[in-house]
Amino acid sequence: MATIVETPPVSPAAAEPKGGLWAWVTSVDHKKIGIMYGIAAIVFFVIGGIEALFIRLQLAVPDGTLVSEDAFNQLFTMHGTTMVFLFVMPIAAAFGNYFVPIMIGARDVAFPRLNALSFWLFISGGVFISSSFFLGGLPDGAWVGYSPLSAQPEVIRMDFWVLGLAILGVASLLGAVNFITTIFTMRAPGMTLFRMPVFAWMQLVVAFLLAFSLPLVTVGLFQVLFDRNFGTLFYDAASGGDPILWQHLFWLFGHPEVYILILPAMGIVSEVLPTFSRKPLFGYQFVVFAGAAIGFLGFGVWAHHMFTAGLGPVAETAFGLMTMTIAVPTGIKIFNWVGTMWGGNISFPTPMLFAIGFVAMFTIGGLSGVTHSIVPADTQQHDSYYVVAHFHYVLFGGAVFGIFSGVYYWFGKVFGRQLNERIGKLHFWLMLIGFNLTFAPMHILGLNGMPRRIATYGDGLGWNYWNFVATVGSFVIALSILVFLINAIRSYRKGEPAGADPWDGRTLEWTTSSPPANYNFAEVPIVEAVDDFWYKKYGEDEDHMPVRLDTNPLDPSALDDDGEFHVHLPSPSYFPILLALGIVTVAYGFLWIPVGFAVMALGLGIMLWAIFGWALEDIDHPMGGDDGQGGGHGDDDDPGSEVSEQVPAGIGAGSGGGE
Amino acid sequence: MAIEASQPAASTLDIRKTAMWAFLASELMFFGGLISTFLLYRARTNGGPGSEELFDIPFTSVSSFVLLMSSLTMVLAHNAWERNDERQLRLWLVATASLGMVFLGGQFFEFSTFVHEGLKLDTSPFGSSFYLLTGFHGAHVAVGVLMLSAMVIISYRVGLTKARGMNVELVALYWHFVDIIWIVIFTVVYLLQV
Repeated sequence: MATIVETPPVSPAAAEPKGGLWAWVTSVDHKKIGIMYGIAAIVFFVIGGIEALFIRLQLAVPDGTLVSEDAFNQLFTMHGTTMVFLFVMPIAAAFGNYFVPIMIGARDVAFPRLNALSFWLFISGGVFISSSFFLGGLPDGAWVGYSPLSAQPEVIRMDFWVLGLAILGVASLLGAVNFITTIFTMRAPGMTLFRMPVFAWMQLVVAFLLAFSLPLVTVGLFQVLFDRNFGTLFYDAASGGDPILWQHLFWLFGHPEVYILILPAMGIVSEVLPTFSRKPLFGYQFVVFAGAAIGFLGFGVWAHHMFTAGLGPVAETAFGLMTMTIAVPTGIKIFNWVGTMWGGNISFPTPMLFAIGFVAMFTIGGLSGVTHSIVPADTQQHDSYYVVAHFHYVLFGGAVFGIFSGVYYWFGKVFGRQLNERIGKLHFWLMLIGFNLTFAPMHILGLNGMPRRIATYGDGLGWNYWNFVATVGSFVIALSILVFLINAIRSYRKGEPAGADPWDGRTLEWTTSSPPANYNFAEVPIVEAVDDFWYKKYGEDEDHMPVRLDTNPLDPSALDDDGEFHVHLPSPSYFPILLALGIVTVAYGFLWIPVGFAVMALGLGIMLWAIFGWALEDIDHPMGGDDGQGGGHGDDDDPGSEVSEQVPAGIGAGSGGGE
Repeated sequence: MAIEASQPAASTLDIRKTAMWAFLASELMFFGGLISTFLLYRARTNGGPGSEELFDIPFTSVSSFVLLMSSLTMVLAHNAWERNDERQLRLWLVATASLGMVFLGGQFFEFSTFVHEGLKLDTSPFGSSFYLLTGFHGAHVAVGVLMLSAMVIISYRVGLTKARGMNVELVALYWHFVDIIWIVIFTVVYLLQV
């Protein structure tokens, strides 16, 4: 028997520390963290989807009795919260983590351990909120958590929501700081800001939106938390408090949040469309500036969510106008995407189908969105199914289609094997049909007066038919997701090998092996143009048509030689997960004060241990061992490719304790 | 291998300072939210005491002065760090932390006086927003004092002028930020009695 066993060939990947769970838990590698983000987000996507199916089953026929009113409140609250905070945001973070450093030619993010902390805080927050299912019921105050409803202190459900969102907020804020720093300081030589792929640009805008909007909702969350637990009167109208303040604070975050959800998808589509049109992105600078403009304007339109709150005609007019203005940069982007495809040499693999689906569905959602800027019309549409239809066209038809475009585009890069094209196309068409079947009827339902967030409705209101259609559609979507999951698992096991550059790509990630080596690039690339990789592969003939050059600009790590590259990388650390554990322990303790004080003390102890361990950790020789055991990422001291000086210790001690 | 030689990153920004600035920008919005809330609720006293009856401007001016002086000692500490003068550095770090603690003591005294005079967290929206705003600022000062103390300990054990970790410059940035926020709070909350 022993003779059959062969020594595996020594490759750069074999130099990694021993695999298994511990390697993932302590990993500070942006690619591993990206994969973990992605898988966790998909799990939450399935959970949020099941919640949606329950909602649709309950509403399939009038006077539905599948779930109680109480359960229905929990379902729609957690459907929204899960999809926004635990699916779309983290899966955008997954792409951002995995690809932004590679796209800008860096070997990791600026603060690898802080990155790990962001991820583990996201997991902690998600598990914390979801665990309320076993501890008194899921939150039931809607994903917007309006006061005074959310400030009712009777049950602790909304405490779970408030504290969970606060934890998720810290996670996103740290991620935002990390990505701002990474993009500003870690770009490869020649990678000027205006040579960055649009996806990296959109992640930069998102990072700024997060950094500036999250603190505002955090203020509101603290106020609700204090109202619920310490008797403050922020939202107590009887004592002079003003529940409208919550709406302002929430939507000051909530509207930028909409762009936080959609901009990464726009970035993905801006990568996919040029690749499969074999043309540069039409009007690169315009797409970038439009993205930044959306980010700026996004802070000036929050009150269009509050047109029925009685702000007065001046404020309503101003916010209505600002809302119309936002359609301009959005329209620029749509025209640029269409212009990219115009006259291109277009092929239609699955990522391209999803990207085109994105453009079409998002345009419909955008058009119904502009109707909200007209205040009298919005007053009619407010809190009706018309709004539900609108934002699902933007967030599902937009963000989710864009995300799946990215999944099909980059799956091969991440896992080394391509997703199956035939099953992928089945997934796309099922999803497109199911999506329109579910959400298009909601426009009609809303205009016929059906309010959102009602647990049931009477017969004879004219809502029966379209509600049933929507329910059928939702199961078609569920089927499409099932098809996707089967495709993902099947292709991961025995899909076609991707090779370094399966789509004839344009950006730096395609110069690396699939999956990329743990150090990304054996040689840091020198960038000379937008779509640098393309122009190193192709020249132009006299008709400006691309002509393949006789070059091979792949990174040495992707070439088929047995070279070993010693690149010094930051070592794994268990302090990030420990700190996240400490924080979530404090949050659990808070829910059962005074008994919880002991738990909180325990959590604080863990936090202190983690913070000081983190600050004092020797990142070259971590986890106690001075050699061998921990610093497995190539233990040589090759100064030529040293990146550790770009990855210093310590910032976490300040920011971790600051919030 | 010319590639290897010409390898500096495209940017010359210090990554930790960039991160700290981004974080502080975010903090600015956090305090912006808290200050806005206070401005909304400053007159809503719900039958409890209002700012005119409670605020002792001379006292708070003194504690504000103490906090502002701590920025001066922080600058001196940073200067000593740049000169590699470990002893002076330690001295000014201790001075900064001490001034910070004096400020916190003043805040504690002020809070207990206000509670005694009838303004509690649950008295009125004015009280709630006042304590939340100044309390969060105090918490930031306290975190700053902790960081300064940690720096002093590191200075004794390793020596800050050689240590790589969280350096004096970052703590200084944070500390000055907290001071600047206090200038705004002192002006808006205490001095502008509309």
